[in-house]
Amino acid sequence: MSGREINISASQSEPSRRSYVGWLMGLCSAGVGAALSVPLIRFALYPLTTNTTETKWSDVGPVSDFGAITTPVQRSVTVEQLDGWRKTISEKVVYVTKEATGRFRVLSAICPHLGCSVQWAGSKHQFVCPCHGASFETDGTRTGGPAPRGMDSLESTVQGDRLVVRYHYFRQLVPEKEIIG
Amino acid sequence: MIWKGYTEIMSDSPRDRPIVPRARRTALFGWFDRRTGLDSVLRKALDEPIPGGARFAYVFGSALLFIFISQVITGIFLALYYVPSADHAHTTVAYITKEVTSGSFLRSIHAYGSSAMVILLLLHVTQTFLYGSYKGRRELLWLSGCVLFALVLCMAFTGYLLPWDQKAYFATAVGTNIPGEVPLIGPWIKSLMRGGVEMGTLTLSRFFVAHVLMIPAAIFGFIALHVYLFRMAGSAGPIDEDPVSPTQPSEPFYPRQVVIDALFALAIIIVLGLFAHFMPFELGPKANPADTRYLPRPEWYYIPVFQWLKYWPGSLAFLGVVVIPGVVAFLFASLPFLDRRMERRPWKRPVAVGTYVFIFLALFGLGAVSYRDDHNNPGYAAQLIAQQKAAEEFMHQPFEPELSQASLASANSALADPIAARGEKVYQAQSCNACHGDGGSGTPAAPKLIGIHARFSADQLTALLRSPSAKMTAGGMSPLELSADDMAALVAYLRSLK
Repeated sequence: MSGREINISASQSEPSRRSYVGWLMGLCSAGVGAALSVPLIRFALYPLTTNTTETKWSDVGPVSDFGAITTPVQRSVTVEQLDGWRKTISEKVVYVTKEATGRFRVLSAICPHLGCSVQWAGSKHQFVCPCHGASFETDGTRTGGPAPRGMDSLESTVQGDRLVVRYHYFRQLVPEKEIIG
Repeated sequence: MIWKGYTEIMSDSPRDRPIVPRARRTALFGWFDRRTGLDSVLRKALDEPIPGGARFAYVFGSALLFIFISQVITGIFLALYYVPSADHAHTTVAYITKEVTSGSFLRSIHAYGSSAMVILLLLHVTQTFLYGSYKGRRELLWLSGCVLFALVLCMAFTGYLLPWDQKAYFATAVGTNIPGEVPLIGPWIKSLMRGGVEMGTLTLSRFFVAHVLMIPAAIFGFIALHVYLFRMAGSAGPIDEDPVSPTQPSEPFYPRQVVIDALFALAIIIVLGLFAHFMPFELGPKANPADTRYLPRPEWYYIPVFQWLKYWPGSLAFLGVVVIPGVVAFLFASLPFLDRRMERRPWKRPVAVGTYVFIFLALFGLGAVSYRDDHNNPGYAAQLIAQQKAAEEFMHQPFEPELSQASLASANSALADPIAARGEKVYQAQSCNACHGDGGSGTPAAPKLIGIHARFSADQLTALLRSPSAKMTAGGMSPLELSADDMAALVAYLRSLK
């Protein structure tokens, strides 16, 4: 036991060397610790750097199908939504219309009023919601009824010779279009 | 010798002045110390006297602590993405391995870390044994170490199942069969471990809870006890030292032993990092319990035990699987009670050291025989190669997300009933899903429709859809005007939602 005591007092007599080693070790540990935490941080921040909850482009059909349309065409699209490691596949209804400039415009069939399925009424040459009578022009602009805004257009583009759309749900009963999922 | 040169450089010089001015540092530290007593704790920890001085031979204990902390940290991070269920476990581990940034690296550090822990554990035990460091009032220190040994092996065993791939599933199926050999209570223990008679999702939940909650908690507790008992007994020092009243001049734990320990820890993490980077730990295809050809092989450290079990068929199994390992474990744990002499030099303890070496050689031999048997049996060799190939192929395939239950239900209903499948299209075309949710799962706007078949007949449903009740109308439901065919299909679909 006496050996230990002698040694402890001996070690206390050279505090400056010990504090220097302490600083050096602290610095090295901090450096190594910082290096080791890089993969941990990258791992934890993965959902911030990558889109983990994206809706994939859905195929609407070949562009040639819509080249000569004069009235909106109803299409059913398969929507694949990614949520981390799982995906959901569902069928949704959209209308393809053509703007005056010749560009395609794809509309969600869900009425922005209460979510009923808007139908194309060919005889009246407008969209009519069967539930509460909201009506919309060919390009989706609101013309009458209780809907707070026009029909919601979806992000669409042409990839190769296919028309593709990114499907979303929008909040109902609000005047501004707002994505909810 | 390098150290000697280093300490000379370290000698007092103007550079030794602290970076923070002493007065300010002292004031800050004093404030902190008066509230925490940190200074005396640090002194107690760092001034631990080591009779005979610091040595490389003493690194294994602190290396184990270091790697355990690494396992805890990587384990916590892996749990950010892992889901312990037979449905999702494999998908989530594949997601970690193939998609998440640094995921394969972290998982490999964790998986190889378990091997590193077992190796360091064996080195720590061997060093303690050869140095006779369990002698001299160190019975409880040794026993707490034995408990930690068992707990680490339990961690390796429970962690192995979690990825739920083929080798995890089948190795654990074999592993959980072993306690089943215990007479009378064996089957009960087996069912307790598995959460049922067969392996399944309940087994995974149990192993997960054991792996991340129960065993780590026990390990933390026993590490504290082990370190406390170690400090009570003091460092035993070199083999020619008196383990109770050391006589050799001692050196404090800090700085030399700390630096040696830190350098060793750095070496371990570099080796682990190199393995993880250049040989990522594999994930095989998802467990398929129906695959009767699969040859289960445990991780390398369990191979000798695996081979040993082969020699004890039928009625002898109890003897080989439970009695003999039990006796060996008991003798091992009671070593400091049996070996009471204070003699520590290995060459003066031929029986103890001879037995230890024999057991080690026997384990090595069993492992070697196991690999030779697999290699020499053409059927086994081919199957093992095929299994390895399947794992490599799976690793090269891109990540495939799991199909959600709602999507699966609609895919299944299409297969089961074409009318209901057409009804689903009507459901979507009418935007019923806008309020009632995909697959009738419900939203805040409208109730779920799953299970509606139990409440309404087909005729009642048709009538309600054509003219909704007052309550439904108040909630925003409007009458449906559909052709008889479409209505029948929609009703068939709604009644198929279960």
